Amino acid sequence: MAAPLLSVRDLVVEFPTRRGVLRALDKVSFDIAEGEVLGMVGESGAGKSLTGAAIIGLLEPPGRIAGGEIWLRGERIDNFSPEKMRRIRGRRIGMVFQDPLTSLNPLYTVAQQLIETIRTHMEVSEKEARTRAVALLDRVGIPAAARRIDDYPHHFSGGMRQRVVIALALAAEPELVIADEPTTALDVSVQAQIIDVLKEICAERGASVMLITHDMGVIAETADRVAVLYAGRMAEIGPVRDVIQAAEHPYTIGLMGSIPTLTQTADRLTQIPGAMPRLNAIPRGCAFNPRCKDVYNRCLVERPELIAREGGRHVACWLYEPVKEAFNV
Amino acid sequence: MIAFILRRLVQSVIVMLAVALVSFALFRFVGDPIASMVGQETTLAERAELRDALGLNDPFVIQFWNFIARAASGDFGISYRLQQPVMELILSRLPATLELALVSGILAFVFGVGFGVYTALRRGNWVSGTIMTVSLIGVSLPTFLIGVLLIWVFAVELQWLPSFGRGDTVYIGDWWRTGLLTPSGRASLILPAITLGLYQMTLIMRLVRAEMLEVLRTDYIKFARARGLSNRAVHFGHALKNTLVPVITITGLQMGSIIAFSIITETVFQWPGVGALFINSVRFVDVPVMAAYLMLIALVFVVINLIVDLLYYAVDPRLRVDRANARH
Amino acid sequence: MSDIPPKPVPNAVARAWDSDIAWSFRHSPLAIIAALVSVVIILAAVFAPWIAPHDPFNPASLNLMDGFTPPMEPNQFTGNVYWLGTDNQGRDVFSTILYGARISLFVGFMAVMFAMVLGISLGLIAGYRGGWVDSLLMRVADVQLTFPSILLALLIFGVARGFIPPAYRDAMAIWVLIVAIGLSDWVQYARVVRGATMVEKSKEYVQAARVIGAHPVKILIRHILPNVMGPVLVIATIGLALAIIAEATLSFLGVGVPPTQPSLGTLIRIGQGFLFSGEWWILLFPSITLLALALSVNLLGDWLRDALNPRLR
Repeated sequence: MAAPLLSVRDLVVEFPTRRGVLRALDKVSFDIAEGEVLGMVGESGAGKSLTGAAIIGLLEPPGRIAGGEIWLRGERIDNFSPEKMRRIRGRRIGMVFQDPLTSLNPLYTVAQQLIETIRTHMEVSEKEARTRAVALLDRVGIPAAARRIDDYPHHFSGGMRQRVVIALALAAEPELVIADEPTTALDVSVQAQIIDVLKEICAERGASVMLITHDMGVIAETADRVAVLYAGRMAEIGPVRDVIQAAEHPYTIGLMGSIPTLTQTADRLTQIPGAMPRLNAIPRGCAFNPRCKDVYNRCLVERPELIAREGGRHVACWLYEPVKEAFNV
Repeated sequence: MIAFILRRLVQSVIVMLAVALVSFALFRFVGDPIASMVGQETTLAERAELRDALGLNDPFVIQFWNFIARAASGDFGISYRLQQPVMELILSRLPATLELALVSGILAFVFGVGFGVYTALRRGNWVSGTIMTVSLIGVSLPTFLIGVLLIWVFAVELQWLPSFGRGDTVYIGDWWRTGLLTPSGRASLILPAITLGLYQMTLIMRLVRAEMLEVLRTDYIKFARARGLSNRAVHFGHALKNTLVPVITITGLQMGSIIAFSIITETVFQWPGVGALFINSVRFVDVPVMAAYLMLIALVFVVINLIVDLLYYAVDPRLRVDRANARH
Repeated sequence: MSDIPPKPVPNAVARAWDSDIAWSFRHSPLAIIAALVSVVIILAAVFAPWIAPHDPFNPASLNLMDGFTPPMEPNQFTGNVYWLGTDNQGRDVFSTILYGARISLFVGFMAVMFAMVLGISLGLIAGYRGGWVDSLLMRVADVQLTFPSILLALLIFGVARGFIPPAYRDAMAIWVLIVAIGLSDWVQYARVVRGATMVEKSKEYVQAARVIGAHPVKILIRHILPNVMGPVLVIATIGLALAIIAEATLSFLGVGVPPTQPSLGTLIRIGQGFLFSGEWWILLFPSITLLALALSVNLLGDWLRDALNPRLR
């Protein structure tokens, strides 16, 4: 297997507060391969967006990376200086935010924002940058791009603005695009189009995508692999089809059971009892133990690490511990 | 655009009419206008005649209309106290006030925006902390106290700068007497300009800081950072421009306050401007001067408001709704 | 004493005084100092007749020979020692400051009260009635907000003085001043209350009250006032600092309280006259008192605003 494009190892993100340090991400590890689309799911507050922010180096203070490593194409980037990290943003890692209505500066035309971004990272003339910008807008599906490019953001509808945001994120041809809930704020009717545009362009350019969402439908259609976060910890990661059809972690099983699908013939949707713990009240052992129907003694005291399963899957659950060790207990 | 300006103009006219009404009421009902115009020995018959001739027996609406017509042509009558035409008094003192206001306004804006941006970007370092603490004192210190303390330090103790008056002045054109062209005129301007500008500066600074912090939290700033734009581009290209939209409005209005606060500064420094004239008119209930000043200050505010609206409109493309290609 | 409070405390008050704000106070040295300074000055002013060593307004107790005594030094003729010196008429500066602060604070508190009552009432009316009443009031508020309040107070004071017969001007001055400062500062209260009223008005309990025949306004007052306590308190605290400054400014300009009842502003105006002749203490001590008072009240207001609005922390 080729070296991954992005490799996150034991990432810890903490927020010091006046009532102690909150650990928002706790030893999260995963890889993204070249050209791969990794879906990242979890409830709000599970740490999906934080993972994205940590990778691109935009954690909001007082949040900070308190441990672990982030590698981009064999280079460790989590300890880069702010200036070095800035050069990576946009150029090597692009980011698409949730709300297209607020992601664009209202006081600048689309052309100004695109050209500024292109010229920040590439040695091109104003004119050349503009040509590229028009081509990009055209590619993301803005009709009459050459004319609309001089409009201000408020002249565009929400879906169109998200296309502009995608164009901006991809303007400097990054290798990895982090899309943080790119369709949540949009009308259902345009969500699929936006996802398609994003996926197509990234595939075209060979860029990898980290798609953060809570919409399993989007993951199922778009992602190659899926990672499930729970309370700042990785619960399960594996190929999309496997995880959806045969989830292993009790949390993922519950999550899948709560989604209506056409392929499965469940009589009724299930619901996971309880709620995700707050960061200041994460239980000892497995974070999911208060809600887990398969909980046993060990889950209450010892935290499960990711356990490798067949087919490149990993799951953090004591139920899947290799048998010989289980005998030793 | 036209409709917007028209609507603003109509609002301005209504405000002016309201102020004119107060002004007129003051003029008409405070004291007896006749008594203040004639000597003791004037007979009752003569007074009645004068009353008629001045139109004081006309219906209220007609009197009000005449008042507005005269005011519009600059006729506010004769000062009770100084026995000179009010308009002449005001015009002769206007340059002093405008020069003072202009210099302090520029000081306040430049330093206010500068410090505001600095303290927003360097939150938590000791320089910012010092600036913020001093600014709080600046907001709490009454303008007159700043003036008195400055006089004490720089005029009485150090004897560096004059403590009152405008210094030497020269005429530009027929009636504009300026102090900006002589060394003593400029020296005389320093303390009053600082006194007048300090409070406005702290206000602008705190406003810029608060707005800037707000803007720095927005998604488009996060997105700008995520695109790898340099700090400089993010802070000054994106954040500052967006900060300035609301700041322009309030700063514009502050320029109005500067003219108003000049009343205080002019009194402290015996600056021969319109504000000092007004204070004396309040003290001696010199109604024509009070009425005229009221109208003048209202006019200044209305005009500044209009300019601010237009500026706002020029800076923020979202307000240019006439460009009707917004579509879905 | 029982542990149960004598009457049920409204929710917002309970919330305002819960641990967060207490914690914030304990951890803000500036707020503690400001509170201390304010309390000391306010107490000293309230109890001035008992604390002040001299009665500066009793001509019988004054000795012109005592004039211009520097602070902490015996007078060259009488040998009397005054903490903060004396002015030209032999009045003890410390005593005049206490009495001056009393007047400054009285005007300040009354003006804030007036502005608060006026603002809350107009806000309630505007929010509840809506329609043209609301538009009119809010237009007036908008226009008024574009003028600095000190200028408004000055204009109102000037106009009011114009309408009062000369014989009563001095006697009425303090009340005219209170009304002028209060009138110039009601807008913010009105805005907060109006907003809250508009939110509450549409809620079911108000409709229900109407059905059972209770007066909805009464119910609105009972429900809205606790909700706006926080912001109103902040506005009032900062308003107090502003009112004290406004009063001092007007008095300094010689258009405020009459010279027979000198406030801190009047004292500073008098003191400025002795600046060039070297009697600095007549100016300095009233100035420091005014500054300490205005600054500490302002700091308290600032702290309160931040403490009640955790987003800004």
